[in-house]
Amino acid sequence: MTATPATESRAPDPPAPARSPRRPARDGLGRPLLGALGILAFLGLWEAVPRLGVVSDRYLPPATEVLVALGARATTPGFWAAVGDTLAGWALGLAIAFTAAVVLGFTLGALPRIRAYTTSTVDFLRPIPSVALIPLAVLLYGTDIRSTLLLVVYACFWLIYIQVLYGVADVDPVAEQTARSYGLGRLARVRHVVWPTTLPYLMTGLRLAAAVALILSITAQLVIGSPGIGREIAVAQSSGAVESVYALIVATGALGVVINTGVRVLERRVLRWHTSVRGEATA
Amino acid sequence: MSQPTQTDPATTESAAAAARETRAPRRPRGGTARRAGSRVLHVLLLPVVLIGVYAYASATSSSYYTPTPDLIASAFGELWFSERLFSDVLPSLARLLTGFTLAALIGVSLGVLLGMSTRVRATLEPLLEFLRAIPPPVLVPLMILLAGIDDSMKIMVIVSGCVWPILLNTVEGVRAVDPVLADTARCYGIGGTTRLRVLILRSASPQIMAGLRLALALAIILMVISEMFASSSGLGFAIVQFQRSFAIPEMWAGMVLLGLIGFALSALFELAESRVLYWYRGLRAAHRGE
Repeated sequence: MTATPATESRAPDPPAPARSPRRPARDGLGRPLLGALGILAFLGLWEAVPRLGVVSDRYLPPATEVLVALGARATTPGFWAAVGDTLAGWALGLAIAFTAAVVLGFTLGALPRIRAYTTSTVDFLRPIPSVALIPLAVLLYGTDIRSTLLLVVYACFWLIYIQVLYGVADVDPVAEQTARSYGLGRLARVRHVVWPTTLPYLMTGLRLAAAVALILSITAQLVIGSPGIGREIAVAQSSGAVESVYALIVATGALGVVINTGVRVLERRVLRWHTSVRGEATA
Repeated sequence: MSQPTQTDPATTESAAAAARETRAPRRPRGGTARRAGSRVLHVLLLPVVLIGVYAYASATSSSYYTPTPDLIASAFGELWFSERLFSDVLPSLARLLTGFTLAALIGVSLGVLLGMSTRVRATLEPLLEFLRAIPPPVLVPLMILLAGIDDSMKIMVIVSGCVWPILLNTVEGVRAVDPVLADTARCYGIGGTTRLRVLILRSASPQIMAGLRLALALAIILMVISEMFASSSGLGFAIVQFQRSFAIPEMWAGMVLLGLIGFALSALFELAESRVLYWYRGLRAAHRGE
């Protein structure tokens, strides 16, 4: 059930069988219950600490007040416009990075000679924190959505690109030669051999990138002031609306959970033929 | 439902490492001068071409925002080899390392505790999922509210953002300790801190390192953002100041320095990782029959 590429590549290793197939907990019904209990306990603690005066509610408003503030915000159109802007930056940035990374990854993955020339540059550019580009984005695009896109695309591109390269490199030579001896052409081999091998890696890259894209899209709004939830938080903070700051942070967390869950569901769908996902269903 | 998410970075990283390592022996090492020459060419050709193209484009364009490389280089020398090194660069690095170290300590120790107890984990899992899903930079305004704008705020921001990948990867790593090994250790009466050190931390170390690697990248981002927001020193502050005063070559020099720091830290981390995990690499290579 774990990382699909991992399960595969680890399979021959003796320690692997113990690591890869992770069984769901035996107390199947107890788990969600315990989880709900954990969240309730956390909310209770959050409610109690400011109410009992351990921390001043100027800094930490009680949970109920924050949730009420969130509810009040959720009825205003401005809030949903901000959510829409955030999601637009997220989706567009992710889509651009994904397309570019897949196209480049497959092309260079198939041309090892040319790829050798790019390794040093990629290794250098990859660790550059994308927030370093903030000043440039401000100068070039101001508070336009393109500022957000610049940061999101830069950060996500490398994550997906590297995964595609590893995926392409992971193609089983026996499968490749079999396909060749059956007379499959170059495109057919890409379609039937390379693509299925790469897909699990690609999905992992996409999942990591989806989370990072949200972080950077909100960061850009927060720091640069392009429209979105991030800017709302900055505004609420500078006007001293503490409940709103907390409420919006809870909202970003909820957005993050929705995105994470969505990508995970997508991954399971796309890879339902893959042994790692199939094995999980029967386990 | 358990969380496959956290394992993946780890496993892909290790798959990546494995891919690297299988390729390594095949590569011609040293050997003839021609081979060495072609390696140098591989490393240098594209960067030289890119810099050349940029130099040409910036020299011929009249854009104010793209200064020529030599202007950036001279600004770089003037800026970062002066007192700014002590007023901006070193404080930034100190915050980064303090925050990262604290996050590593908290993340690993909590992760070991959580990983060893099924019940505690089941109770906290949804909550942790939620906290992890909050984009760390949004904590900056909150921390400014809570802690003002001094160094402790920046360190708190870094810790509160970096702790999640470390914590969750450690939990996964500890969970995945080979049960046979664990039973063996129990049979031999290995317990207490020895068990922790020899069995648990060691088995979990590939995953812990993967978590640390993610956290390091995040730490740099958070350091810069916390300084951009409210600060009177630090790299993030300096770069924003240059940008606002339209000191364009200086701004570029700051961005270049950030890039170099990111690159250097990730190279250092790779070095540390290959030392910590040398046994793991050896194990994997042996299983592959190399």
